Amino acid sequence: MPLKERISAFDGLDITPEQREILEAIREFVDREIIPVAKELEAKNEFPTKIVEGLRDMGAFGMRIPTEYGGLGLDLVTYALVIAELTRGWMAVSGIVNGQYIVGGMVAAHGTEEQKANYLPRLAAGEIRSCFSMTEPGAGSDVQSILTTARRDGDEYVINGSKMWVTNGDRASVIALLVKTDSDVQPRYKGMTALLIDKLPQVADQGGMKISPPLGKLGYHGVESVEISFEDYRVPASAVLGGEDKVGTGFLQMMSGIETGRINVASRGLGISLRAFELSIEYAQQREAFGKPIGHHQLIQKKLADMATRIEASKHLILAAARRKDSGQRADIEAGMAKLFATESCQRCAEEAMRIFGGYGYSTEYEVERLYRDAPLMMIGEGTNEIQETIIAKGLLKRHELI
Amino acid sequence: MRIAICVKEVPDPTAEKRIDEGTKRLVRSGENTLNPYDRHAIEAAVRIKEGPAPDTEITIVTVGPATATRSVDRALAQGGDQSVHVADDAAAGSDLLGTARILAAALKRGGYDLILLGQQAADSESYVMAGLVAELLELPCVTQAASIELGDGSVTVKRQVESGYDTVKATTPCVVSVSDAINDPRYPPLPAIMGAKRKPHEVLTLADLGIDASTVGAAGAATSVAALSKPEGRGDTIVIEDDGSAAAQILAFLVEKKVVA
Repeated sequence: MPLKERISAFDGLDITPEQREILEAIREFVDREIIPVAKELEAKNEFPTKIVEGLRDMGAFGMRIPTEYGGLGLDLVTYALVIAELTRGWMAVSGIVNGQYIVGGMVAAHGTEEQKANYLPRLAAGEIRSCFSMTEPGAGSDVQSILTTARRDGDEYVINGSKMWVTNGDRASVIALLVKTDSDVQPRYKGMTALLIDKLPQVADQGGMKISPPLGKLGYHGVESVEISFEDYRVPASAVLGGEDKVGTGFLQMMSGIETGRINVASRGLGISLRAFELSIEYAQQREAFGKPIGHHQLIQKKLADMATRIEASKHLILAAARRKDSGQRADIEAGMAKLFATESCQRCAEEAMRIFGGYGYSTEYEVERLYRDAPLMMIGEGTNEIQETIIAKGLLKRHELI
Repeated sequence: MRIAICVKEVPDPTAEKRIDEGTKRLVRSGENTLNPYDRHAIEAAVRIKEGPAPDTEITIVTVGPATATRSVDRALAQGGDQSVHVADDAAAGSDLLGTARILAAALKRGGYDLILLGQQAADSESYVMAGLVAELLELPCVTQAASIELGDGSVTVKRQVESGYDTVKATTPCVVSVSDAINDPRYPPLPAIMGAKRKPHEVLTLADLGIDASTVGAAGAATSVAALSKPEGRGDTIVIEDDGSAAAQILAFLVEKKVVA
């Protein structure tokens, strides 16, 4: 049933008419093209081809790519709110847009002119997909402990090692890959380099590069996460992101991509919370117990109030972090806070939705169980929330150091 | 080819409609949006431009308050090339004929080959604007178009009617209202949303169109709303509680009504 006033990521926020129109268009796309099909596609773990084509036609893959390379050059605020609205429909969809955003952002910020001209127009048009990869079987939060190496041999690099949880890894045509080019240098991050590696989409065996079948996951179905292993895989030296004088700066390049990526994950958390709340406040007015709608019982009201308050706070943390980043300032603390709070909140909202829906929440007939399975990844991905707390605290101690 | 599309800004159709008890007019102070039926007309024009007549120029024409620019921009984002917006406080309160007079005057200036409208507006739901505009412009009028095919100096329109389709040929210039089944309007591409403001917008007053303000707006309205009331409940709703026999009961009902044999 429609609600008298809708639940959205952007209503009531101080945004421009143009930002509002973009968000309205995305909102309508989500309501008509994503929400009605998400349950079935998710259950079949099917890639949302038609949705991706629709978003491509709308130009959504070029949102953050500079206009001179065929993108829209949108600010981070608009992007973050778009991601929240897309996730309200289905988290997998924002995951597909996200890969494009991180890699596009890294190439735009650090790439050589040739790399920008090669990748950005195709990424903006949605012609190719992309993924980025740091995590390994033995290295997640502790990025500096990665083992994958790239050894210089003439005009080439020879890659050996294995990467884990590469989302979009099968369908991508380019991987932004973090490798070690110098294992001896201290601190370790100075021996790390980012490579842009071309690959064929949906081909498992590409000689020295092998892509695993999709890894099994609790949720986040519809978009593949794979393992990619390299065995004496050769790439030209021109694959170094930013050119050969940027060898040894890959860790910092990746981290700059991740910083805004955290705002992106916060937005995805917000999107899950929005949907959980939207479904809950509707259901709480329909379902009756003890002679009245359950929304009139105080313990259910407490849940609704808590969810809505968290949503409101998440929105403003995301907005503050995105605005700070848009103004050219560092925003690692703010992005960390937004990510931490919005994703812990999405877990809470998904669980509260399940409690409000009761048995129906646990049923695969309803959306709530999907939200409940999707939410935890947001607390783990793009820097676990435990890492966020460390980053926030270290950043604050530095910012407010005694003098 | 020059195509004009008459569009209207309406209160959000998904929100509850409210009537001002004093003026007996619809409250328009809430969220407003482009009439969803008009999007089918825009899409029909864009498909003509993308297909048989690539040199087509699409003009969005509207009558509405200055704040209706948002809906004009939305229409431009979906495929309009330019807009004509008649914004004049004296036009407020126009009845159907008053609005049609203003639209007709604005359309007359443009020399359009084809004038498209949506089948109805989501607020007043009158379905008659195409007929009124065509009458005032003395042009042929075809309503409820399910398809439009361009000919040489004519259009062939399939009309959706209760018993099937009528196929009607009309000489151009003419006025066509499109049914909501004619197409599935595209989502406005994000670059087009961002570019809408940069497209030519012409804002006109009644004086610019040579319209005597006393013939339009609340002052010129030939109709007035005497009273409003809610429709009587039907009272014949049957609610079947499922005790295991609901399907059989529904089937029996449908057989009785001769819906199924």
